[in-house]
Amino acid sequence: MSARANILGKLRNSLAGTTPRPDEFDERLVTAPWRYAPEDRIDRLRSLMEAVHTEVHPCRSDNWPELVAELLNKRNLTNLLCAPSREHGRALQAYFEATEQKVELLAYDQPVEAWKEELFWNVEASLTGTLGGIAATGTLVLWPDRHEPRLMSLVPPVHIALLKASEIHDNLYDMMVAQDWAAGLPTNVLLVSGPSKTADIEQVLAYGAHGPRELIVLVLEDA
Amino acid sequence: MSQRIPVTELTPDFRGRAEEALADGQLRNNFRVAMDSLMTKRANAFPDADEREGLRELGNRIKAGALSRLPDLLEQLEQKLTENGVKVHWAETVEEANSLVHGIIEARKGSQVVKGKSMVSEEMEMNDYLAERGVECLESDMGEYIVQLDNEKPSHIIMPAIHKNARQVSKLFHDKLGEPETEDVNQLIQIGRRTLRRKFMEADVGVSGVNFAIAETGTLLLVENEGNGRMSTTAPPVHIAVTGIEKVVPNLRDVVPLVSLLTRSALGQPITTYVNLISGPRKPDELDGPEEVHLVLLDNGRTGAFADAQMRQTLNCIRCGACMNHCPVYTRVGGHTYGEVYPGPIGKIITPHMAGLDKVPDHPSASSLCGACGEVCPVKIPIPELLQRLRQENVKNPEQPQQVKGGGAKYSRTERWIWRGWQMLNTRPALYRSFLWAATRFRVLAPKKAGSWTENHSAPVPARRSLHDLAARHLDQNGGRPS
Ligand code: SF4
Repeated sequence: MSARANILGKLRNSLAGTTPRPDEFDERLVTAPWRYAPEDRIDRLRSLMEAVHTEVHPCRSDNWPELVAELLNKRNLTNLLCAPSREHGRALQAYFEATEQKVELLAYDQPVEAWKEELFWNVEASLTGTLGGIAATGTLVLWPDRHEPRLMSLVPPVHIALLKASEIHDNLYDMMVAQDWAAGLPTNVLLVSGPSKTADIEQVLAYGAHGPRELIVLVLEDA
Repeated sequence: MSQRIPVTELTPDFRGRAEEALADGQLRNNFRVAMDSLMTKRANAFPDADEREGLRELGNRIKAGALSRLPDLLEQLEQKLTENGVKVHWAETVEEANSLVHGIIEARKGSQVVKGKSMVSEEMEMNDYLAERGVECLESDMGEYIVQLDNEKPSHIIMPAIHKNARQVSKLFHDKLGEPETEDVNQLIQIGRRTLRRKFMEADVGVSGVNFAIAETGTLLLVENEGNGRMSTTAPPVHIAVTGIEKVVPNLRDVVPLVSLLTRSALGQPITTYVNLISGPRKPDELDGPEEVHLVLLDNGRTGAFADAQMRQTLNCIRCGACMNHCPVYTRVGGHTYGEVYPGPIGKIITPHMAGLDKVPDHPSASSLCGACGEVCPVKIPIPELLQRLRQENVKNPEQPQQVKGGGAKYSRTERWIWRGWQMLNTRPALYRSFLWAATRFRVLAPKKAGSWTENHSAPVPARRSLHDLAARHLDQNGGRPS
């Protein structure tokens, strides 16, 4: 007998004569305490994210590239990984070219194996879009894809994320339902609620454990 | 000196280790400070008691519901994961699980493994198993890394290195890595970051645990703060997840309350920095992520706990660690005293099914039954009730069939006779009266020593007159009226 058959057999034996409990999920318990007026959503998200060391900058569709340049220059960063195949990547590229920025824009356009060493040691910052945000917990939702692969938001020490204000949901449950996640998920979905951190030594909080040391969120208020 | 427990053989000497731990002021302080702070954080994370209780009730219902159809859910999970391109393996024992994992690594000719935090892999002692076969298996969670570097085991399921302070970590990094000594926690973490980053990049295989496996979508959900879990599951070409069979939940929406309960109970955080939902390996058009994803489903005694409707509740556990944070015994003796993978209250109720109650005979009684664990458990496992049940199982006649693995280890003929005698005395009024008469009249003959009781207490001496006598005399004097 295989391990599988044995395990399932034992479990079935133990359940013999019983009926499965009904599904008693009560969505009010995960939604009612976590509802906000539309105008409060950004503030809620912002205060929660700031509490865990995240920089949150409200901006607009026409001025965010300028802000990115400023943030990078302030930190003396020399390169930024972004997706030229995405609309925001193109907008950033256009701005950087027009204003002759010194920061080099890098693209994740080959399999990770082809440039792992460089990605892990030389890329200083990255910029990605997000699928949306969650006000209840101060969370960004990322669905990595071929344009903005999984490691893009993890390996570079500084991660800048674009968040459209209109895509901030009250809570995770609402967002899952609104977008029908249960119908099918991509290979990887990430909920990100701050820069990487640890409290493993004496419970002292230290940022920049293995992922980004800094998370910067640009909230596009007009989008 | 902090306690060191040998990596593979553990003695059942709970008492000895407890005494040692209680005498270690540094260790006690490290735990006390940490547990106090974790308790405060949890309390602050649930400011509204009604909300908290509603959510705990829901958490309990989801887990109990999942267990009530566990075999079907496991099959559904397997089918969905397989459709998504994840390979599912089943293991009854840790031996089988280890050999499955090793087989996968061997097929890729792998020699380096990085591991995200996984208590199931601790159960398997996977690091040792792989090391014996020439595969380096490196822990990548900061706490786990520290513990591994010092050849120790985790002392807490969420905070593995909580028994150490910064000075001790500094010394360790100095001795083992040749780093300059520093008590600055930030600098210590940066040392860990640098060392492990190279390992993430070079590793052939990443191993992780699973917090929740979602049957509906075929998804493995992992929570973490550091990013090492994401690294381990994303950077190497192969990802192997190991988990117990009880981790499956029916629907994606179920993880909403469960994750909230988990992170708030464990660390007092509304959510962890990362919640990582993995539903498959890299697709042909994707540029990163593992080429292969495997899930190893481990039994290791869980079907045994499952067979008993009361003990089955143990499998509700979402491994938040709140029960240990709130346990007055754990806080004083620390995690290593338990000498097992899972310390504290949850360890006491889960270990018997894995190792056998006879391996941990002192655990069920190392509790004041204060009830704190059951009160804070986010999925409402009645831990004190299960501890009492295990106390009973502990003293069952070993010649009878046992309901819990290794039951009957504390059975004692003498104790049995004492209770028989007690029962006789209390069910036969004539006998009882003559006993009382003798005990009060010959009270000076009462034994001065009564086993371990008189080690810490003075010996009990019967009163001059029994309550019965006194009451009877009182009634006589009052002409039969009570006052
Ligand atoms: S038994 Fe309850 S409190 Fe203890 S770790 Fe498990 S879920 Fe948490």
